[in-house]
Amino acid sequence: MLGDNDGILSGAHFLDGDHACAEGAIAAGCNFVAGYPITPSTEVVERLAWRFPGTGGTFIQMEDEIASSIAIQGAVWAGAKAMTVSSGPGISLMLEHIGLAAMTEVPCVFVNVQRGGPSTGLPTLPAQADMMQARWGSHGDYEVIALVPNSPQECFDLIIHAFNLSEQYRVPVLFMMDEVIGHMTEKVVVPPRDQIKITPRRYTKLPPGEYEPYRAGDDLVPDFAKAGDGHRFHITGLTHNEKGYPVMNAECQEQLVCRLVDKIRTNVEQISFFHEDGLEDADVVVITYGISSRVTMRAIREARKKGVKVGHLRLVVVWPFPEEYIRRLAKQIEAFVVPEINLGQVVLEVERCAAGTCDVISIQHAGGAVHKPRTIYDAIVEAVR
Amino acid sequence: MSMTPAVENPVEQLLRSERMPHIWCPGCGIGTTVNCFARAVEECVSDLDNLIIVSGIGCTGRVAGYLELDSFHTTHGRAIPFATGLKLANPKLKVVVYSGDGDLIAIGGNHFIHAARRNADITVICVNNFNYAMTGGQIGPTTPLDAVGTTSPYGVCERPFNLPFLAESCGAVYVARWTAYHVRQMTRAMCEALNKRGFSFVEVITPCPTLYERRNRLGSGLDRMQWFKENSVIKNGVDTRECDIALRQKIVCGKFVDVDRPSLLEMVEAKMASVLHRRRWERMSREQQKPIAMRPMKG
Amino acid sequence: MNTTEIKIGGLGGQGVILSGMIIGRGACIFDDKYATLTQAFGPEARGSACSAQVVISDELIEYPYVEQPDILMVLSQEACTRFVPEMSPTGTLIYEGQLVKLPPSLPETLKRFAIPATRIAEELRRRMVVNIVMVGFFAAVTEVVDAAALRKSVEASVPPGTEELNLIAFERGLAYGQEALAGKTSESVVSRK
Repeated sequence: MLGDNDGILSGAHFLDGDHACAEGAIAAGCNFVAGYPITPSTEVVERLAWRFPGTGGTFIQMEDEIASSIAIQGAVWAGAKAMTVSSGPGISLMLEHIGLAAMTEVPCVFVNVQRGGPSTGLPTLPAQADMMQARWGSHGDYEVIALVPNSPQECFDLIIHAFNLSEQYRVPVLFMMDEVIGHMTEKVVVPPRDQIKITPRRYTKLPPGEYEPYRAGDDLVPDFAKAGDGHRFHITGLTHNEKGYPVMNAECQEQLVCRLVDKIRTNVEQISFFHEDGLEDADVVVITYGISSRVTMRAIREARKKGVKVGHLRLVVVWPFPEEYIRRLAKQIEAFVVPEINLGQVVLEVERCAAGTCDVISIQHAGGAVHKPRTIYDAIVEAVR
Repeated sequence: MSMTPAVENPVEQLLRSERMPHIWCPGCGIGTTVNCFARAVEECVSDLDNLIIVSGIGCTGRVAGYLELDSFHTTHGRAIPFATGLKLANPKLKVVVYSGDGDLIAIGGNHFIHAARRNADITVICVNNFNYAMTGGQIGPTTPLDAVGTTSPYGVCERPFNLPFLAESCGAVYVARWTAYHVRQMTRAMCEALNKRGFSFVEVITPCPTLYERRNRLGSGLDRMQWFKENSVIKNGVDTRECDIALRQKIVCGKFVDVDRPSLLEMVEAKMASVLHRRRWERMSREQQKPIAMRPMKG
Repeated sequence: MNTTEIKIGGLGGQGVILSGMIIGRGACIFDDKYATLTQAFGPEARGSACSAQVVISDELIEYPYVEQPDILMVLSQEACTRFVPEMSPTGTLIYEGQLVKLPPSLPETLKRFAIPATRIAEELRRRMVVNIVMVGFFAAVTEVVDAAALRKSVEASVPPGTEELNLIAFERGLAYGQEALAGKTSESVVSRK
């Protein structure tokens, strides 16, 4: 199947999350993907390998995930919009390069179709146990943005948003799917080209000789330049000054690393993205993300039938965490219920923000399946008793 | 007191003078290779804006930072996949990977063999000083048998890689080895490598007098250059299986491989043109595939 | 909320997943409904038992899994034995009559429809279309997805170049189902309340 000139397949499709993610990447203008096969993410790269030649994109299957995660960064410096796709074990291998992308401010997207871990774990079954890895996985202090879709349609819509955020803030964006979302097939509507909003890369307008790759303005995000444009810039993963040259001392470290962190931390409100349902008079609020949000909707429907005042806060952007918002919410309610397919990760952030002002109940699941709606229902009912 | 008139460094326009002095030790051979590379570039590359240099980590990894080109100092061992992505995303660029033996062949060994296998359109210059120098002289996969390093105080027990043989057997279309003594031959080899389509590889044997030479009682940098002069055997076209390096044994130098085989980009282009809508692909190709102008070396 | 849970079971290679795709796509692309398809995935899903789960609803589907199938369509004895106990007692069981023998003591309220889909597919000289015959039969004996929508979905889902054959298979299944409803077939239609 060859697309139109942009390769965007506008119309309604019946697609699984992996395929929808691939189509969303094409719609976002992604034209370079390097990857390595790993269940349950392989379908994303399979589709791109098939589709890219018709859309002007390049796919290369690299020798491993380490190579994939840095080949995309070479491609970005050549002017491409790039992403790589993997799952637990592969993402673990890519972590150093998530740090490189954060340090050298490379806009790119890492898709993680989460499966059960640790180690080889459960290749074909879901988990949400890489959420803290997404936030803290690479060494050093840095910030990333992480989005979590809960349907194939969102795999399409939000991967575009992921690319846009990566361009706006020049950060690696982690796209945290899971096996259920990746392999679940639903209707996916691809809008017409002119209804897809794309954040273009902000290239420098300065002439060669004046451009400094890491001189940032008020928004703390430096303008971009690509290799071959005549600027003769230097890029390094070492601590560097505004010219991009290595300067290894405490002052330069503070200046650089604080800016890398602040460009996200000072924009949490702009980046935050969540869906609220019935929070106004809620006694208990269930905080969810990804597939767990859908299981929770069923549980909440049942609980409301019993008269429980329960609200639902679904995080689409999990990192940066909406701290202030959760802090305020904690003061209005009796309890948070946090179901996750892990043994308690994002709930730690909720506890930190609630800081004892309300109860925080962690509904844990070791992975391999989603929660039973009944489990979440019981926790909701228990929380207001 | 007599004044010598200041002589301009002939390759100064290719160096980031503001970053001098460099970090390399007195007697180190890396600077010599950079000088040769700069001369090769002056000689053979007409469009410096499109010449990109990518390094990994280590002493040689710092080369990228001293050249006045778009330059990338990436992560340990990963210069080759970075360069592969850069080149695939903009085939107009001439991409050179310039790094050390530990970076390219130990931690980066998997990328090295696969880039050679797929005949990626990059030039790889490997400065081989037989040890990890930045971290203080540990042994690596190129350290000769019985040589001493901080992590092998009683002498190496493992057979080292023969890099020309490794490169050729994996599919490199150009393979040469010279020592830091052979500046003219090295410059020519770099120029030929830059002119090659596909995976070209130049190994340069250099002294690391601070660590490797000192620990193995091989003398100063200057002694070592004299030794290279007297103990290099130039065997152009020799079977690369004969290029093993042993401690205190003669070093085989020369141009070993110079063949033509379709490069990764050429293979992709040919495949896509044959299976996809030819017109669309040709339009894309016209826009993307113009290589930068290169000149063969004079003389 | 009007939601129907459908499970399709059979052996790997019988086109079970494609049947699920066709029903799901028919519901949400060619009919005005919501549909979610999930499948058992992985090495354990190949060769032996294989199943697809489709939830179809008038509203947005929250929970994507089938908990208690309202409709079970089986193409193998193993799938029948394994999945029948999960069914809603008032559900509909659709089965390949040559390959599947019903277990004794099924709830009386369970509606059952059998079709010799393998024989019909063999008459078309393509045994591989047995799943499409089953989908046609499904279209006739259930009212979850409009038959015209399923027809379009068959056309859109099968490999290019095989549309004609598969549409014939669909029509044969559909016709057999309509005859079954009218009580004209030799295979038994045990009950339809």
